[in-house]
Amino acid sequence: MSQLTTPAAATPAAAVAAAPAKAAKRPGRSRRSPAKSLLLHGTLIVASLIALGPIVWVLLSSFKPGYAVQSSDLTLVKDPTLANYSYVLFDTNFPKWLLNSVIVAAFTMLIGIFFSATTGYAVSRFNFPGRRPLMMTFLITQMFPAAILIVPIYTIMARFGLINTLPALIIAYLTIAVPFCAWMLKGYFDSIPTSLDEAAALDGCGPFAIFWRVVLPLARPAIAVTAFYTFLTAWGEVMYASAFIQTDNKFTLAYGLQQFVPQFNPQWEYLTAAAVLVTVPAGVVFMIAQRHLVSGLTAGGTKG
Amino acid sequence: MTTVTADPAPPSPPSGRSARPSRLRRSWEKHWYAWAMVLPVVIVLAVLIFYPLFRGIWLSLTNLTEANQAAEICTRSITGGEVCAENPNRWEFVGLDNYLNVLSGNVGDFWQWTGITLIWTLGCVVFHYGLGLGLAVMLNRPMWGRGLYRVLLVLPWAVPAFVSAFAWKFIFNERFGLANSLLSSLGIDPVDWFANQWTSLFTAIITNIWLGVPFMMVALLGGMQTIPGELYEAAEIDGASAWQRFRNITLPGLRPVSMTVILLGTIWTFNMFPIIFLVTEGQPAGGTEILVTGAFRAAFEGIRNYSLASTYGVLILSILLVFSMFYRRALRKQGEVW
Repeated sequence: MSQLTTPAAATPAAAVAAAPAKAAKRPGRSRRSPAKSLLLHGTLIVASLIALGPIVWVLLSSFKPGYAVQSSDLTLVKDPTLANYSYVLFDTNFPKWLLNSVIVAAFTMLIGIFFSATTGYAVSRFNFPGRRPLMMTFLITQMFPAAILIVPIYTIMARFGLINTLPALIIAYLTIAVPFCAWMLKGYFDSIPTSLDEAAALDGCGPFAIFWRVVLPLARPAIAVTAFYTFLTAWGEVMYASAFIQTDNKFTLAYGLQQFVPQFNPQWEYLTAAAVLVTVPAGVVFMIAQRHLVSGLTAGGTKG
Repeated sequence: MTTVTADPAPPSPPSGRSARPSRLRRSWEKHWYAWAMVLPVVIVLAVLIFYPLFRGIWLSLTNLTEANQAAEICTRSITGGEVCAENPNRWEFVGLDNYLNVLSGNVGDFWQWTGITLIWTLGCVVFHYGLGLGLAVMLNRPMWGRGLYRVLLVLPWAVPAFVSAFAWKFIFNERFGLANSLLSSLGIDPVDWFANQWTSLFTAIITNIWLGVPFMMVALLGGMQTIPGELYEAAEIDGASAWQRFRNITLPGLRPVSMTVILLGTIWTFNMFPIIFLVTEGQPAGGTEILVTGAFRAAFEGIRNYSLASTYGVLILSILLVFSMFYRRALRKQGEVW
């Protein structure tokens, strides 16, 4: 088996490495004039600033005391304090919400990866009856507005006794994330040569072993994207959480955060601190996955 | 068995489901593991998407609300069990009344919301794609700091939608928001963003553009890296300008990716709930409601009107289905099918 995976493992690495190499062959660097270079970097720097701006602004504001947050004077740092953080962390149920969110997101991620990978693999490799309709179904599920689904799903959850439990959320988030991820993974699996499967089959691997030992390790970039996507879906969702969760100790962060936004007097300073605390875990997952984002989405996007 | 396993499944039409038992059995023997792999997803989708869908269609033909439901949804209690008393005679089948009410404007502002939704969707998707493509083209060149730019530009994707909604709402706050501070430091009068329909919609669109560009950029960047570099070399030898190379190599090479991401982007934006709901909250006076948020408010504020929610849901789904049908047909005419 190891002989099989070694040359195989080289393939995605080659694919990843080939991409920049290909780009490098393109005309550009040698002929780019200083003015063009300046324009290019200038545009990208501005774009990066816009991308970062809101995040940084919220981060800076989270260290300001309440009166400075709600002041119209433009200051970057003013009387820096950790009071907002200590309030959010210690005077609310924040730790509990964080834990709930971690549980929900982690399970959504793990189960989501597993289901999308098996489904994507089956759709990519086997020409079974029902394959086409399944692919179309995945697309159609993306069109369902939550407004139409939320009440019947609520009924079903109630029937299974899942209201106000975390599994209800995990299941609901899986229905959002899995169709897209399966679609994306199918595209990536398509780009892995079937000759590898055939070789493994000659070595006596069954279909499940081929999937597990040959194809899955090769699809690591796409799996990383799937992990990122499923995690984020579960981490940031508000609507289902507000429908299915009723007691404070079961809130996810996304929903619990809304407590800081009462209708008339939003507590902006706490909100900023909470926003930072919510974003940090998502950012960590992003940093782990980001190396793979481009190559992982590549084939997924192309093959649809 | 093993010879079958590596069946590569090129795109060939699915063999029609035959009624013959022997065929069925052979089909089962050949495909059972494929079905086994797909089964969990199919079950979950069937239970949680398709059952609710058909139920939703049925509900849209009734007048079910929270007040007259009785036997339907009875578990607001903590036990979560079935505390339902058998009392089903309250709500009834009303035919197309809901649709007539919604479409004639008796309930809610369907046409206004649809108009806003179209502006919102078009505005967002055009900028998502345009900016995403532009940035992807720039990032696809060899240059100093490319990896860093890429990480920074993709970062908004990692921010959960509701956090970005809060962040931008904070920035556009009329009293102490960054946007107004910057404007007044430039000597421009501060704007009360959420008091006017168009500035309010503008803030929401800006938020969503900020949030959605990274996905487009990454997908298109991925697509560009699958375009063979030889094409560019050949074009250059033939003396093609940068613009010509972009028009005649990059864009056609990106077509498959573009088709998919534009379709998905349109669907996602059309149904994008949290941004409008949290950033503009429909202000001023419902002037920036899109269909999903408008439907949500119409159906769920006050007494929850389940049949009305379902009606809107069916209408939204129909619009998107029709759109994607035309979209696919238009693409097929140009010779490309996916």
